[in-house]
Amino acid sequence: MSEINSQSKYSSLIKESSGGVHERWRLIKDAVARYGVVIGGLGVIFAIALIFFYLLYVVFPLFISATSESVSQYEVPEPASGKTLLLEVEEQNEVAARFTDTGQVIFFAVATGKTILNETVKIPQGAHIVSFAEGSPIKGGAVIYGLSDGKAVIVKHKYKITYPDNVRLITPSLAYPMGEAPLTIDESGVALEKVAVKIGDDASTIAAKTTDIVSGTSKIHLSHFEKEKSLFADEGTLTRTDSVLDYSAADVTDILIDKDERNLYLVSSNGHLGLFDINDKSAPVIIQEQIVVEAGHKITSVAFLNGDLSLMIGDSSGLVSQWSKVRDKLNHFSMEKIRVFKVSDKAVTSIESEQRRKGFMTVDADNIMGIYHSTSEREMLKEQISHSPAVAAAISPRANAVLVESEDGKINFWTLDNQHPEVSLRALWQEVWYESYAKPDYIWQSSSANSDFEPKYSLTPLVFGTLKAAFYAMLVAMPLALMGAIYTAYFMTPTMRQYVKPTIELMGALPTVILGFLAGLWLAPLIEEYLAGLFALLMIVPLGVMLFAYAWQYLPKNLQQKIPEGYEAALLIPVILLSSWFAFTVSVPLEAFLFHGTLRDWFKTELGIGYDQRNALVVGIAMGFAVIPTIFSIAEDAIFSVPKHLTVGSLALGATPWQTMIKVVLLTASPGIFSAVMIGLGRAVGETMIVLMATGNTPVMDLSVFQGLRTLAANIAVEMPETEVDSTHYRVLFLAALVLFMFTFVFNTLAEIIRQRLREKYSSL
Amino acid sequence: MIRLWFKSGAPWIWLNAAAVSTCMIMVVGVLGLVVVRGVGHFWPSQVVQFSYQEDGKQPQIIIGEKVDSSVTPAKMALSTGHKMADDEETLIQYLIKTGNRDVTGSDFRWIEERNIKAQSEPLDLMVIERQEWGNFYGRLLEVKEDHKTIATGKEAWAVAQSKIAHTLTILKEIAHLEKKEIGAINYALERLRLKQRKLELKHELDDVAKQEIAAEKEGYEAQYKQYQVQLAELYQQTRRDSLVATTDSGKQLEIPLGKVVRAFQPNAMSLFDKVVHYGTKLVEFLTEDPREANTEGGIFPAIFGTVMMVMMMSVIVTPFGVIAAVYLREYAKQGFTTRLIRIAVNNLAGVPSVVYGVFGLGFFVYILGGNIDQLFFPESAPAPVFGTPGLLWASITLALLTLPVVIVSTEEGLARIPSSIREGSLALGATKLETLWLTVLPMASPAMMTGLILAVARAAGEVAPLMLVGVVKLAPTLPLDGNFPFLHLDRKFMHLGFHIYDVGFQSPNVEAARPLVYATALLLVLVIIGLNLAAIVIRNNLREKYRALEG
Repeated sequence: MSEINSQSKYSSLIKESSGGVHERWRLIKDAVARYGVVIGGLGVIFAIALIFFYLLYVVFPLFISATSESVSQYEVPEPASGKTLLLEVEEQNEVAARFTDTGQVIFFAVATGKTILNETVKIPQGAHIVSFAEGSPIKGGAVIYGLSDGKAVIVKHKYKITYPDNVRLITPSLAYPMGEAPLTIDESGVALEKVAVKIGDDASTIAAKTTDIVSGTSKIHLSHFEKEKSLFADEGTLTRTDSVLDYSAADVTDILIDKDERNLYLVSSNGHLGLFDINDKSAPVIIQEQIVVEAGHKITSVAFLNGDLSLMIGDSSGLVSQWSKVRDKLNHFSMEKIRVFKVSDKAVTSIESEQRRKGFMTVDADNIMGIYHSTSEREMLKEQISHSPAVAAAISPRANAVLVESEDGKINFWTLDNQHPEVSLRALWQEVWYESYAKPDYIWQSSSANSDFEPKYSLTPLVFGTLKAAFYAMLVAMPLALMGAIYTAYFMTPTMRQYVKPTIELMGALPTVILGFLAGLWLAPLIEEYLAGLFALLMIVPLGVMLFAYAWQYLPKNLQQKIPEGYEAALLIPVILLSSWFAFTVSVPLEAFLFHGTLRDWFKTELGIGYDQRNALVVGIAMGFAVIPTIFSIAEDAIFSVPKHLTVGSLALGATPWQTMIKVVLLTASPGIFSAVMIGLGRAVGETMIVLMATGNTPVMDLSVFQGLRTLAANIAVEMPETEVDSTHYRVLFLAALVLFMFTFVFNTLAEIIRQRLREKYSSL
Repeated sequence: MIRLWFKSGAPWIWLNAAAVSTCMIMVVGVLGLVVVRGVGHFWPSQVVQFSYQEDGKQPQIIIGEKVDSSVTPAKMALSTGHKMADDEETLIQYLIKTGNRDVTGSDFRWIEERNIKAQSEPLDLMVIERQEWGNFYGRLLEVKEDHKTIATGKEAWAVAQSKIAHTLTILKEIAHLEKKEIGAINYALERLRLKQRKLELKHELDDVAKQEIAAEKEGYEAQYKQYQVQLAELYQQTRRDSLVATTDSGKQLEIPLGKVVRAFQPNAMSLFDKVVHYGTKLVEFLTEDPREANTEGGIFPAIFGTVMMVMMMSVIVTPFGVIAAVYLREYAKQGFTTRLIRIAVNNLAGVPSVVYGVFGLGFFVYILGGNIDQLFFPESAPAPVFGTPGLLWASITLALLTLPVVIVSTEEGLARIPSSIREGSLALGATKLETLWLTVLPMASPAMMTGLILAVARAAGEVAPLMLVGVVKLAPTLPLDGNFPFLHLDRKFMHLGFHIYDVGFQSPNVEAARPLVYATALLLVLVIIGLNLAAIVIRNNLREKYRALEG
């Protein structure tokens, strides 16, 4: 403003004329206030920028890659006790275990490689270890040793945490969950060439491959142990079921049993994958056998993904493919290739799954480690881990450390920082083929009770729901608000306008929680009952209005003159009420007559459209109600402030009021009306309480007006209080908030710029 | 003719008029709906006794209030599985609130009109509002004192009333003891524990301090024991007496007086009685704590929480809003910066409220609050003090949310002040600050008031952000009480808007809670419309005043 300059001139004058302390104090105060106010004013920009950048700051870690750091390298502990079969790290990354082919288990400190405990698994005299396999690592880390005499020993490695003197101490130990005496799997006493085990709380299953000495044929044994629950004894007796799989098992290299002990997978090096249904342990049934790698390639490694619902199969061409048991339309199960990762050009020598997420680690023949996540199909990390071939690798339970042993007798300890592998742009916005789903789909399902759940963070259904709700709300609000604005600003008498405008604006002050409550508990049941009435209303009310208007001009002139122009809206109130009442009355018998029962049932049986009580129609009406005042108020202002000389000129040239309205007023005010619609849309997109209360909050993608939806805003309100801080879910919800913010930011900025232009235009007219 | 009529444009004008009428009908309709349902909640409705017999079943007696009715045409009724006779055109059903949830398992049942053999409104039907299990409907048989019958038949009613009044005073005393006295002791003990922990963290916990703390603790515990004894005795008294009543199915029920809130016989009440009943219920609604998972009783904590939050918010938002508006109008050169600020203001107004909630939770609660906890309250770790949603963060978040309202309104007020006034002040030698402080701002104060009122109205009705930053369904303590430091900014609080959402949608017995939700909604609507009307009136006065000044 111009005062500023003149002010500074004056102040310099004052300074010269009187140099008193009081004067100076006054000027200092003035200057301080000036800076204070400037800072305060710019603070508004700072606030909006802070919101934006804070949201961005929380969301950002979702999209960064993992990092790794080599912490230490040391000699393999106790190298004399045999070759490593398996490496395992416990939860805190302090103690690791090395299982050797001589039956030794060496527990050592992860950081230094110092041996903590060296245990020998009890193996009977005269027998030696032929095969070895790891059970599921989650439940107490069971491993199985297949012996040369047809027996098997199962061992668990356990870690007890104590806090003597407030320092954490981890004590490793071995346990024998099935007893110390070896279990006899093959009665004829031939060696168990391949073994597999799954130890459950109440039941355990062991599978083993043997080759008959005489005939030379291989077969797979299946033994199942079920704990008989006894009321009196802690140790129940075990019931054993045995069977032999009907399968030519000569090439079988890996046997896998899932954690429910219902499915058994046989993997052969020549690329065959056999799937058995072992629900009935005494009679396993083969479901499917197929070749899972391309011709000429071999399966080089295989592992379950966490949850045991899909198999990661690595082959000699460097591909890792994910296979999951999928149910088709006829309820038949089959293994389907869900996705493929190109990991390397060389063979994939080892696949290790994370224990809490759907991620996995691969090591290829070039000793390059890769960290991947299956759902998001992200390659998080690639790192050369050693220069001689890897013997064994382990990823820690929290997936924040990796241990790799290489052939030159070294162990490498790496830490990993891999916070949010579950999310990628693909997983957020595109169709994703989730485990055990029949086909790729858009799904939002962020959490579940069990730990091996695959989170489904597709924002698409939420954005879809947001737009759907906003669309129906605008469908209701736009005609009512804009038509109302046109009439109020241009045709209504000033006395009536004085009351009508504040009343409609008051509507905007109504808390949305009340509108939502009325929509959910009053409107939704009402619409469900009088659905036909609502449709009748849409047809009958405009008709009634037109009929009344037509009849009005034939009324005696003196009656017409009593109510001058500009009071049409008041006249129409009884007409609308009456025609609405008529619509509802007439609809009941009409519905019974036309649709033989209710319209809802008719929609369902004839058109196959289901009906949710809390649906998009209810949301549209309720949110339309909330948006009307916003649009109405701004549009009315825009129309009302069209300069009078424009309209007067048009009327003077002989145009009818309506022609003036359409051709002159609306045209001039159109930017203002556009900005009103934008702001209204912004409000509809971000509205939370109404959608939260008036829809079932089901994240479905269905265009039907009778189906529910879930919007971004409602989703945040529902899930935010329950999410863990800084988890992936938390950040994805922040991303949803950021999307909402950007959405409304674009609409509002556009609207404001247009309005500023319009204001300048009017002032120049 | 019709073509000419269409050409004139008149039908379109009429249609536009219809849009305005529809909007008006909708506004008035919604307000009317809330008012009618909300006001009716406290009125004691008649209790009806039905003789009811369903096809092929034993006749039964049903006692309850008629709540709702529905009329279904025969064809629809058939399609929904009702048996209809050929001559019946419609199926009329009534929803009856039968109460007695402890006996029947539900509060409501639908009955068909055609099965009602007779209905009457006997004067002796009684409604008992209880602390648990909802209302009781039935007849009073006798009053018991210490398991001995002391009154039966006609005189039982009067005895019961006096006994209930007596028990209620005891209950009040219990509530006072539990909330005020024992609450204070618990609070003091918790502070002692924190004090001890604080000393421990500073390594200053020597034997002297230990002894002091132990002595103090002992004092409180002795006091606590004393109150415990007192309480036990009072509880004993409330359990001593009971009412014996029969339900509609003839079952006898003994209701301890300690569980009775009030008993009344609506059919025997005169109009005056009903008005008095209405008044007491209204007062209870406004001043008492909620009962039965918020579905009964009052909403005082919610009102209190809303008011506290709104006051805190006003204190924060007013200076910032006014300063920003003063900058825009008085200091800034109109140009790129002001345009940018206006865009920012509009965006602040347009950002969805739930985004503010997310921002408040992440930034204020976890970042600011978490750091405050680390710096100033290490002794309460791992329990958060400010690092958890609470009153302070809710107020700040809403202050941010309502900032544009204050800015826009104040700016409008400043714009209306004629520049001659500023120039006059400057010409007399006042500095810009003095001009502002002594002439411009006082003149614009009604505009600030308007902005503040609108901000308060907005904040009072906002729920989505509060759900994330501090509102809970049931707060055990108010954010303001008699324990030092009196105002507890870290506490969670209850809020009217959230109360509506919670009771209407999250409560286990939505049907029974619905009238209360309507009453709460009515209160909220009244407050918000009142605030808005006040803002409109102030704004209009202001406009008149400056019009006069300019003229």
